[in-house]
Amino acid sequence: MSSLHVVSVKTYVAIFLALMVLTAITVAVAFVDLGPLNNIVMLGIAIAKATLVVLIFMHVRYSTRLIPLIAAGSFFWLLILFGITISDYLTRGWLGAGTPWGH
Amino acid sequence: MSTAHPAALAHQFESLEQQKESATLGMWLFLAQEILFFGGLFMAYLLYRWRDPQAFAAGSHELDITLGLINTVILIASSLTMALAVHSAQLSRTKALVRWLVATGVLGTAFLVIKYFEYSAKWEHHLVPGPGFHFPEAAIGGRAEIFFSLYFAMTGMHALHMVVGLGLLGWLLVPAMKGKFNAEYHNPIECFGLYWHFVDIVWIFLFPLLYLIGRHYHGAT
Amino acid sequence: MSAEATVPEVKPNYLTADHGLKSWLLTLDHKRIGLLYLLGVSFFFLLGGIFAMLIRLELLTPAGDMVQPDTYNRLFTMHGVMMIFFFLIPAIPGILGNFLIPIQIGAKDLAFPKLNLLSWYLFMAGGLATFGAIVTGGLDTGWTFYTPYSSTFSTTAVIPVGLGIFVNGFSGILTGLNFMVTIHRMRAPGMTWFRLPLFVWSHYATSLIQVLGTPVLAITLVLLVLERAFHIGVFDPTRGGDPVLFQHLFWFYSHPAVYIMILPSMAVISELIAAFSRKRIFGYHFVAFSSIAIAVLGFLVWGHHLFVSSQSVYAGTVFSLLTMLVAIPSAVKVFNWSFTLYQGAVSLHTPMLYALGFIGLFMIGGLTGVFLGTLGFDVHVHDTYFVVAHFHYVMVGGTIMGYLGGLHFWWPKITGRMYSEFWSRMSALLVFVGFNLTFFPQFLLGYMGMPRRYHAYPEEWQVLNVLSTAGASVLALGFLLPVAYFFWSLKFGAVAGRNPWGARGLEWETDSPPPTLNFDQAPVVDHEAYNYADDAATPGMKPLSAH
Repeated sequence: MSSLHVVSVKTYVAIFLALMVLTAITVAVAFVDLGPLNNIVMLGIAIAKATLVVLIFMHVRYSTRLIPLIAAGSFFWLLILFGITISDYLTRGWLGAGTPWGH
Repeated sequence: MSTAHPAALAHQFESLEQQKESATLGMWLFLAQEILFFGGLFMAYLLYRWRDPQAFAAGSHELDITLGLINTVILIASSLTMALAVHSAQLSRTKALVRWLVATGVLGTAFLVIKYFEYSAKWEHHLVPGPGFHFPEAAIGGRAEIFFSLYFAMTGMHALHMVVGLGLLGWLLVPAMKGKFNAEYHNPIECFGLYWHFVDIVWIFLFPLLYLIGRHYHGAT
Repeated sequence: MSAEATVPEVKPNYLTADHGLKSWLLTLDHKRIGLLYLLGVSFFFLLGGIFAMLIRLELLTPAGDMVQPDTYNRLFTMHGVMMIFFFLIPAIPGILGNFLIPIQIGAKDLAFPKLNLLSWYLFMAGGLATFGAIVTGGLDTGWTFYTPYSSTFSTTAVIPVGLGIFVNGFSGILTGLNFMVTIHRMRAPGMTWFRLPLFVWSHYATSLIQVLGTPVLAITLVLLVLERAFHIGVFDPTRGGDPVLFQHLFWFYSHPAVYIMILPSMAVISELIAAFSRKRIFGYHFVAFSSIAIAVLGFLVWGHHLFVSSQSVYAGTVFSLLTMLVAIPSAVKVFNWSFTLYQGAVSLHTPMLYALGFIGLFMIGGLTGVFLGTLGFDVHVHDTYFVVAHFHYVMVGGTIMGYLGGLHFWWPKITGRMYSEFWSRMSALLVFVGFNLTFFPQFLLGYMGMPRRYHAYPEEWQVLNVLSTAGASVLALGFLLPVAYFFWSLKFGAVAGRNPWGARGLEWETDSPPPTLNFDQAPVVDHEAYNYADDAATPGMKPLSAH
């Protein structure tokens, strides 16, 4: 791998503009009531924006394989934390005992 | 010891290449720990919002979306200037490096100033958690307090990272002006850039999760 | 230290290369930083031990007659906090990991020496902040800081101790990060991943947990402090918060933290078993990957600490099943060590006594862990002395046996001197006997229903409690004895030479004590670890003679 990959200014500016467009879309969509779809669009756009920053601004696209592994791995660890914890709360009502917050 | 030993090469490394790769890897591992650090806050957000989505929407409705949006644009712009600073360092352009670093610092400071005005408005509107908390909409009342607890914890922790970032930026500016960074050696700039972009990414998630979820909220039903 | 640079022709080593307090407090040498950790860790171990002795003294009699209940709460809290955060977690990585990892992979130092020194200062700052909090009144929440007691009701020093542990957490994170980068980027030419000593593999797995787990504890403590200080009520039920979320976040780190304690100990044991059986570790690859498997699986099982909270029964069942999975890589290690012993040329030097002790105690600790991971059984003995005995078997029987075994094994490398074989064997014996006498009765007490964290108990449990206290005294003696003969060895011990054990590994191919940059010539590796079958591989290797 090359240790010094110089990304062109044009690419950086293009990414910046893409981030601006995505921000505009996410704000616009927020004012429309789409039900649960609002969350999906909102998070989808946030993830897309973060991915652009990670890949280009943070040079992960041009780095050794280990770096994307670490980035993806730590997000995966976050999912373990979220997934297992929330699975506790989601299944509490299954016995029909009810919970203080009515789920 | 090898024949050529560049001044920027620390004693424990064999080559600048090894040194650079170690620094980048170390920084990424640090960011991995940062992701899990903020992860605890996002976990709390996920749980409490799932429990009481209405209170979160109502709380979010009280936030100032204009200031939030301006800050989003400012922070993403600062990521661009930071990327250009690294770009300049890679090409040994000292003057451009200093210029872009200063631009990043100015944008980062602007973000914090706006944040300060947002915080003081929340203080005046009794939206700071604690004994003085009072939510304007009676049907929601104290239920919104947890939203503001998380709002302050998350944006506060983010702002703290910005303050630390600005401190580091000032610290890097001196060697940058002295021309210490060039195509061969610019690890500190590169690593600081990674940190700065990470802080940007946190905001990219905070902005929709805190400011946008209450935009089409029309009161408790 | 043994600064004996009076003989002019002696080649300088890392101990004699530089002099004065400043050369120690500002050192960037991983070996010196390892010794700084030895100093700090020993101090905190002593504190934790004093608290333990006070607990055992109170429990000598059924009546709560020695200390007030509030004082007792502070005693067991401070014992737990000191031992876990400032002894068990940093001991082996801080001292032996620091000293050995760069040498074992053939590097001059860790990747980030300044960061390494910073880690030590953070560790000391966190420890001393906690120590300060003890002096000024102590903490009574238990080492687990459960909310809402810790956030709302306790009147003791939650904030100072919380911040002390927060700061110390970053010491652990930075050490783990440093180890990982070092293992990835600093290996000598030819030192491939599968030529690494298992010590390094296990420390890599430990570092993984440090980097991915500790920050979650850090943010949880921050939220706790914010709640106490500024009413940011994330865990406060009266403000819509959920105290059980605290338990989830706390154990997301603190269960894997058990593996931060045990994996470095397993790292040591692999080295000891190989060296004193004169064999390559049986199933090297399995042992290496079992460390990684323990680190990963360890993150999936934290809910078994919440079996009697409001956690859903369904989540509890899944956690119970996942907990069983950890037994697999743990058993892989124990079986492979046993197979390494089989038909090996086993010699029972002091480090090996500790290694064998480890296997026995870890088996008991691990198997009772399977009991406790079983949902129904845990509900029966939750918060009893059965749990106390179990985790002491894992954490004390596991970690301390590995720690002492490692210290005895590498002491000649660290100081260049040999200690008394007789007295060290005596101390190994005392530790083993004392340990079992202390904690085995606690299994029985717990099974009979004696709850933990109470300063009084019914009279029919006194015999077992007296046994336990007697065992603790023997154990204390076993811990104090090494202090005496280690100090003695610095002045009077026989000169060790490069490789007193005839062991394999790069650390045994350099001087004892090693020079500042570890090797006179950069090593090149062309063979696997533990190449005991290949006798010519280590030039100048002495056969193990009778001492």
